Amino acid sequence: MPLKIGIPRALLYYHYYPAWKTFFETLGAEVVLSAQTTKSILDTGVRLAVDEACLPVKLYLGHLADLRDKGVDFVFVPRMVSVEKKRYLCPKFLGLPEMARFGVGDLPGLLDTEINVHQKYRETRSNIHALGRRFTRAPWRVSHALREAKKAQAAYETALRSGRTPRDVLDGQAGQSKDPKIRVALLGHSYNLNDPFISMNLIERLREQGAQVITSEMLRPQDICRGAACLQKDIFWTLGKDLMGAAFHLLDNGGIDGLVLVASFGCGPDSLLCELVERAYRRDRRVPVLFLTLDEHTGEAGIVTRVEAFCDMLLWRRAI
Amino acid sequence: MKVTYPHMGSLSLAMHGLLSGLALEVIPPPPITRKTIDLGVLHSPEFACFPLKVNMGNFIEALSAGADTIVMAGGTGPCRFGYYAEVQREILKDLGFDFQMIVLEPPQGQADLLLERLKPLCARVSRRKLASLLFLTWRRIKAMDRLHARLLQVRAHEAEQGSATRAYEQVLARLAEARSVRELELALREGLAALEAVPARPPGETLKIGLVGEIYMLLEPYANLQVEKVLGEMGVTVERSIYISAWIMEHLVLSSLRLKGSRQVKKAAAPYLNHFVGGHGWESVGETVLYARRGFDGVIHILPFTCTPEIVAQSILPVVSAATGIPVISFSLDEQSGEAGFITRLEAFVDLLRQRRSGRKIYASGQR
Ligand code: SF4
Ligand code: SF4
Repeated sequence: MPLKIGIPRALLYYHYYPAWKTFFETLGAEVVLSAQTTKSILDTGVRLAVDEACLPVKLYLGHLADLRDKGVDFVFVPRMVSVEKKRYLCPKFLGLPEMARFGVGDLPGLLDTEINVHQKYRETRSNIHALGRRFTRAPWRVSHALREAKKAQAAYETALRSGRTPRDVLDGQAGQSKDPKIRVALLGHSYNLNDPFISMNLIERLREQGAQVITSEMLRPQDICRGAACLQKDIFWTLGKDLMGAAFHLLDNGGIDGLVLVASFGCGPDSLLCELVERAYRRDRRVPVLFLTLDEHTGEAGIVTRVEAFCDMLLWRRAI
Repeated sequence: MKVTYPHMGSLSLAMHGLLSGLALEVIPPPPITRKTIDLGVLHSPEFACFPLKVNMGNFIEALSAGADTIVMAGGTGPCRFGYYAEVQREILKDLGFDFQMIVLEPPQGQADLLLERLKPLCARVSRRKLASLLFLTWRRIKAMDRLHARLLQVRAHEAEQGSATRAYEQVLARLAEARSVRELELALREGLAALEAVPARPPGETLKIGLVGEIYMLLEPYANLQVEKVLGEMGVTVERSIYISAWIMEHLVLSSLRLKGSRQVKKAAAPYLNHFVGGHGWESVGETVLYARRGFDGVIHILPFTCTPEIVAQSILPVVSAATGIPVISFSLDEQSGEAGFITRLEAFVDLLRQRRSGRKIYASGQR
């Protein structure tokens, strides 16, 4: 019987799932995803996490509980410290395995491989190999799985760059509406934007309003870097760099009609970076901004009305 | 050039000494009041952490009083602090202030560029003067920290409420003004003696509580609602886990010599949190374990509302508490925290610890 590895459909799932899935499957394991977010998954997460944790972390714990109940052999909760030089993910990713272990009771085995490219490049490689060796004795099979994983990840990123969102690709969704009337940038954490439950279907709603939705994944890395270079101080968060880089690049030459900026309640980096983005757009005055903050109490009706009103306004601006 | 800086407990006194020693005109930020907080909150991002907002209040008040240069610390992540200055500068610019901000951090991790940035500050003194000034500042910070640690012990026994604090404040002012290491040493010696001389109650047992948490909240009494004083005046001996002198020793001196300090804290934390999480989250967990081992009665964890590293710690502390048996309470504070509610909760916690202690004794002497 193949080992069952549970992967929560939350947080970096939206960034790295194809690589993770391919890695484990190439090694002969079976990958089990948690269910799509539901109210009860969120409620469980809210109950398990401390009050002040950010919404995505609460949701993550809820998904872990779902996997536990599905009866997997392991859950994959990597400690993602850093995925590139000089940049980190946020502090919560650094402590995620502990928050998971102590927050969610009775978890199966935790695969908490540390990924730390900035400070421990070599160790990260050997950590990944050690992870692979839990499934096979042959080192070459691990190297092979790693190569396959990289290929799958590259294919995923190419698909995203062709104008599809992570959810379009991961869930095989239709994608952009046929003839969009406005171009709207939608910026925020991927795990907020692509979770249909906590984002209240934001992407689909914008598309229904006739918008072509642009997210940071659709931009070329060099454009993001150039955008981020507008800042006086280099940004030390990878996700923050994507947000800021995309925002500045799109402001300068993205030809967008509007920006929808989505932060989650309790997010440290968002609280500062969204402020900087909003200020830059306001100073520039060309592109209107809608700023949404998501938390577990956000009412769907309120968001829907605001999004509709915003799109109407953009359409009007186009017309005159 | 008229320089200012943000408040952070007694560190701002040392900062003032350093900057005026550099022959700069210094405009200290007015003492923190409700108005400072309101100004800061009004002009900061709603969900920014509390220290950023208080800094903003300090800056606005100091710039309005005529300052044109802000000296601020920075960092390289992963916690928000490293990006404070960027956000604060943009907001202050939008408010129409004309100023420059000098951020004390190695840009992109290159130490030589840091010196370049600091040049405008140090231009008026010779290298030798600068070296002795830095040494004096270091000694001043150490002296202030020593005095403060002693205050926390003495205050729990004072006969007349407020007498220890009064003595401390007098000495602190002398330490702030000392112009040479000799003056400083003398002031410290006499100051410690003055603290010893504070009339004490008849000896009895006192509770011992350790304070852990985010550095700004622990160091700035206005932000932590004077938690040390409140506890001390309830007759509790307090120990604070963070001192700037120890921080400088570890982060600037030892790390530049590539030595590792505070191993003990990290080792103590390891079973519960085996990785740094930015800020002081890791230390909060480790220090709690150490306080438990040293037989403290309880630990108080103080964090600013939504502080990322400390939320990781907060998620783990209940487990530490259950495993080591030391009661821990977390207070997350911000501009909305009311003093009355805070004191009530502190009193309840102290009561609980007292009961536990007497319970333990009864149990130990077999009278139960
Ligand atoms: S980046 Fe923000 S939302 Fe994501 S885990 Fe960190 S605090 Fe939470
Ligand atoms: S340690 Fe906490 S309060 Fe301090 S800057 Fe970081 S997130 Fe904010």
